[in-house]
Amino acid sequence: MEILSKFLDKNGLIFTFLVVGVILYGSALLSKKLTNRKIPGSAIAIIVGLALAYLGGVYSGGQKGLADVPFFSGFGLMGGAMFRDFTVVATALGASLAVMRSTGWVGALSLLLGIVLSFLGGVLVALLWGYRDAVSLTTLGAGACTYIVGPVTGAAIGASSELIALSIAAGVVKTIVVTIGTPFIARSIGLNNPHTAMIFGGLMGTTSGVTAGLAATDPKLVPYGALTATFYTGLGCLLCPSALYLLMRMIF
Amino acid sequence: MIIYGVALLAFCYLVGQLLGEYLGLLIGVEANVGGVGFAMLLLVLLNDWLHKKGHLDLSTEAGMYFWNQMYIPIIVAMAATQNVKLAVTSGLIVVLAGSVPVILCIAVLPLLSRLSQVTPASRNGNPE
Repeated sequence: MEILSKFLDKNGLIFTFLVVGVILYGSALLSKKLTNRKIPGSAIAIIVGLALAYLGGVYSGGQKGLADVPFFSGFGLMGGAMFRDFTVVATALGASLAVMRSTGWVGALSLLLGIVLSFLGGVLVALLWGYRDAVSLTTLGAGACTYIVGPVTGAAIGASSELIALSIAAGVVKTIVVTIGTPFIARSIGLNNPHTAMIFGGLMGTTSGVTAGLAATDPKLVPYGALTATFYTGLGCLLCPSALYLLMRMIF
Repeated sequence: MIIYGVALLAFCYLVGQLLGEYLGLLIGVEANVGGVGFAMLLLVLLNDWLHKKGHLDLSTEAGMYFWNQMYIPIIVAMAATQNVKLAVTSGLIVVLAGSVPVILCIAVLPLLSRLSQVTPASRNGNPE
């Protein structure tokens, strides 16, 4: 057992390749046999991944899902930001520059609207729960942008650690909602072309959620959604602790 | 050579991410601003240019398409490392704070998309 544990720890990334391959194979099989390909295999695989992350978190008590479980530490590397961004960049190979250019100004508008609407949505929920001070409202509103904007904003304006934890959790919920929800609502909101995918990326902003959700919907749309979403967290970190915080201070 | 493709991809990734880091620093935020976006634009431009010059052979492209195809497996691994437990156990306020914004944004999506309708020629999604 100890030898096996050490062995898998040493070869973590390679072992992860094998495990993920098995998950994707099983999901493709499920998609074909159970749903007649109505739910794409990649969507099932992503949901399996989230379920494993939950089990991993319960088992280890850590924050990184399955990656905190001894045998599966390789998931931390394969599922980390470096590999994610590297492969997202590679998806640009199939993308059309003309479409990217034609979406320019709406892309920027969608980013701005996405941040402001998400922020206000978060603030609204915080108001319902009885928060009335600008710092708490801003921190929760920022958390509703992404799970990075929340803690960055909270730390900048001096929020308590419980509030920062809440804002991170809100951001994580958003990522999961976008991941699971995108393939199901794509048809009804017209999310079937690169142009709409760019607007979608700007509005939602969570790079993980947008890229995973689009991958489960139609992999061709991934580069377009990612292109706008990648600006979101940075802009959110710029706007939330400054303009939007001042707005909250003026009102409350 | 496969490694040329991988190296080209790595070059675009690093230059783009570095640009994003500096842009973040410039506007004074603790985050990378648009790094992946810059890298993607650079890759599209470089790929296009090299293609026209005839410098890209099949194996060089294979080095880039390998990572292009590894995208979904890596997203699955990423899903497995999310802090799902925190999201599930944090109570209703967090569930609402995370999902109300999504609903608001979805509500304005068709509006924005119609506002900026592009010509049918530049659409290359999958018509159904």
